[in-house]
Amino acid sequence: MIDSSLRWVDDRLGIAKGGRTFLDKIFPDHWSFMLGEIALYSFVVLLATGVFLSLYYIPSAHEVVYHGSYIPLRGQRVSEAYSSSVGLSFDVKSGLLMRQAHHWAADIFLGSIAVHMARVFFTGAFRKPREFNWIVGVTMLILGIVNGFLGYSLPDDLVSGTGIRIAYSIIESIPLVGSYLGYFLFGGNYPGNGVIIPRFYILHVLIVPLLILGLLAAHLGLLVKQKHTQFKGKGKTEHNVVGSPMFPTFIAKTTGFLFMVSAVIFLLGGLAQINPIWQFGQYEPYQISYAVQPDWYMGWLDGALRIMPSWEWVGWGHTIPLEVFLPAVIFPGIVFNIFIIWPFIETRHTKDLAYHNLLDRPRDRPKRTSAGAAMLTMLFMTFFASSTDVMANFFEIPLNWVLWFFRFAVVIAPIIAYVLTYKICNEMRAAEGVGKRKRALIVSRSSTGEYSTVESEPRPGDGVEELEAIPVPTYIDLVPPELATGEGVRRVMR
Amino acid sequence: MSDESPHLEGPLPPAALDDAHLQPYARHPEGAQAVAAVAMIIGFIGFIGFGVAYWIGDNTQWEAITLGVGLLALGFGATAWGKYLMPQGPFVEERHAFHSTEAERDAMTAAITERGGMVVKRRKLLGGLFLLGSTAMGVVLLFPLIRSLGPKPGDTLFKTNWKKNSQLVTVDGRAVTANDLDVGGVLTVFPKGFEGSSPDQVILIRLAQLGPFDPPYPIAPPGHTAWGVQGYVAYSKMCTHLGCPVGLYQEQTQQLVCPCHQSIFNVNAGAVPEFGPAPRPLPQLPLTVDSAGFLRSQGGFNQAVGPGFWERP
Repeated sequence: MIDSSLRWVDDRLGIAKGGRTFLDKIFPDHWSFMLGEIALYSFVVLLATGVFLSLYYIPSAHEVVYHGSYIPLRGQRVSEAYSSSVGLSFDVKSGLLMRQAHHWAADIFLGSIAVHMARVFFTGAFRKPREFNWIVGVTMLILGIVNGFLGYSLPDDLVSGTGIRIAYSIIESIPLVGSYLGYFLFGGNYPGNGVIIPRFYILHVLIVPLLILGLLAAHLGLLVKQKHTQFKGKGKTEHNVVGSPMFPTFIAKTTGFLFMVSAVIFLLGGLAQINPIWQFGQYEPYQISYAVQPDWYMGWLDGALRIMPSWEWVGWGHTIPLEVFLPAVIFPGIVFNIFIIWPFIETRHTKDLAYHNLLDRPRDRPKRTSAGAAMLTMLFMTFFASSTDVMANFFEIPLNWVLWFFRFAVVIAPIIAYVLTYKICNEMRAAEGVGKRKRALIVSRSSTGEYSTVESEPRPGDGVEELEAIPVPTYIDLVPPELATGEGVRRVMR
Repeated sequence: MSDESPHLEGPLPPAALDDAHLQPYARHPEGAQAVAAVAMIIGFIGFIGFGVAYWIGDNTQWEAITLGVGLLALGFGATAWGKYLMPQGPFVEERHAFHSTEAERDAMTAAITERGGMVVKRRKLLGGLFLLGSTAMGVVLLFPLIRSLGPKPGDTLFKTNWKKNSQLVTVDGRAVTANDLDVGGVLTVFPKGFEGSSPDQVILIRLAQLGPFDPPYPIAPPGHTAWGVQGYVAYSKMCTHLGCPVGLYQEQTQQLVCPCHQSIFNVNAGAVPEFGPAPRPLPQLPLTVDSAGFLRSQGGFNQAVGPGFWERP
């Protein structure tokens, strides 16, 4: 059956040669390679739940009277976008589960991208020949952040509306063209002529996802073309890949992982409330609520806006709102550009033009590891700075103190992180057997009073002698060779 | 797949059924199979449960638990099957250089430069004209793509709907009188006819109890003493940082706080920013009281409201 239909297809498409090679593709067995899979599978959940939501959501600022089942809102004039978002939460079966799962999936998508990116960075997986894939990945991160923002803006609730207001003001802060860009995007002075929700919608459901999908195809295509990196280990060289084959082992494990990632997202989606828009209410440009914060992946930008001093530049009849333009446009621009050009910064420094398929241990590249730690620390500081007001309330200290703390911390903490990481790396490299499990010593006393020590039994997983890796077998001899009589050997295609 | 197989050149590799690489990773395969089977059964029950939860309806938690357990257990079963019961390997795949040979690179360069150079050099006129035409296309296509999106700002960013004698009304359109607020009270107001309009939002604050014949409420510089009336002052409610509504009023310290990025404005001193990222005071709306006791504006704002932008002098 398989044989004849494959022949039929191969006559027309010629897939057998490449197809079998693809089934034999080797995936290294290391947990850190699953981080990218989490991103991939949460993207799958995003697409699936997003299609569901798009069947009910109405991208319109048109005012309607709410008649749904959420009693406190009945009879109020709200936008169709808000009304349909509340409607799909309460009046569509499974709607709330899908909406919240979509939101959680977006948060997990960006979180796993960030951690995956850190893994790639700290192990040097971005080095030649994988610079393209690093850049494709960073671009997907930027697009993911953009699409997350666009998506949570769609319900037209009070919190997200405030976010759109801030986005407008950030666009407006760009010198020379800012107010024009804002007017063009919003169709007039804020809040515009009602076009922003439909425009965000088409960007969110079509244009940006399409870009992400294209880049995702490129990301995975390059991965197959260039093959996986791998950690150093027995039989692993720059010229091979050791691990499990695509079919059947990896397919089984990764399908299971797809299910488990989805499980976590749906469990969160139904059990952990997220973005309760009916509590926030319809967005009105003159209303505001306390402790307004964006989703986590926007936090670093919000924090940067908060701790920036009020350095507006005025002169020659013009204003440059540096207190907005620097933290919200220049700062992320610099951060993302450093990400993109990092592989080239590094080769410029190391003059290393060789291919690298074996991964570094972070400690063995102390400068890179320390630079990464410093960057992460800086981003974390700006991230935490986005809750200055909440911290001031919680610890009952003046807001000024919290603000000034972060103004210094965002500069000083990365320096401390760099120095500390550098020292830790060097000490780990100097010490013998760091990171390896040690076996306990058993001290025993013989009947003659003599003490002796022996190593304890290896724990499960310790000292398991790994087999020599072999090429993935295409044919499996059902009868072991030594039992075969020479005639009865049957070969079956696996 | 563009990926070249290492094995296809030679004989395809066989393996004996009892090869150690083909044995399962689990030490007790039967036990592992039992675990995976139980997980898959739980998964099946979970999915059936989701069907039931959906049928009954109206319980997001049960939907999540059933669907989550279904996915988790089935996924666990599949992963266990793959990890513990499939050939343990390890298997190896050779990496082959995927870059081209020097000769192939030279050939490609030559194809571009020599073949292309030949035709372009021979027909410089056509090349130039095509470049000219496509540049023109690119530029004019930008207009429908960008220019159609919205109007030019012109001077609209400097204007609000507050005029001389605009009546202060609430968002419901109710006219505001000088008796509407207690001391320490605040109210969001709009010019009559523009209720709810974003650039027109104004926060009205009563700072003191003053009668109609008392002098205006004195505001420390840089406020305008004559712009308050009977203890009332009014400021644009749009934060000068990023345009959020400056909605929190601390009565004791007479400060307006923006909840977005914690800029603090001193209402008693012309709403100058005392803290946070806001660069400028909130523009002040000059107030007056008409003969019927309704609050009105003496005129519009003397500057653009809201956050900074390039054209702002």
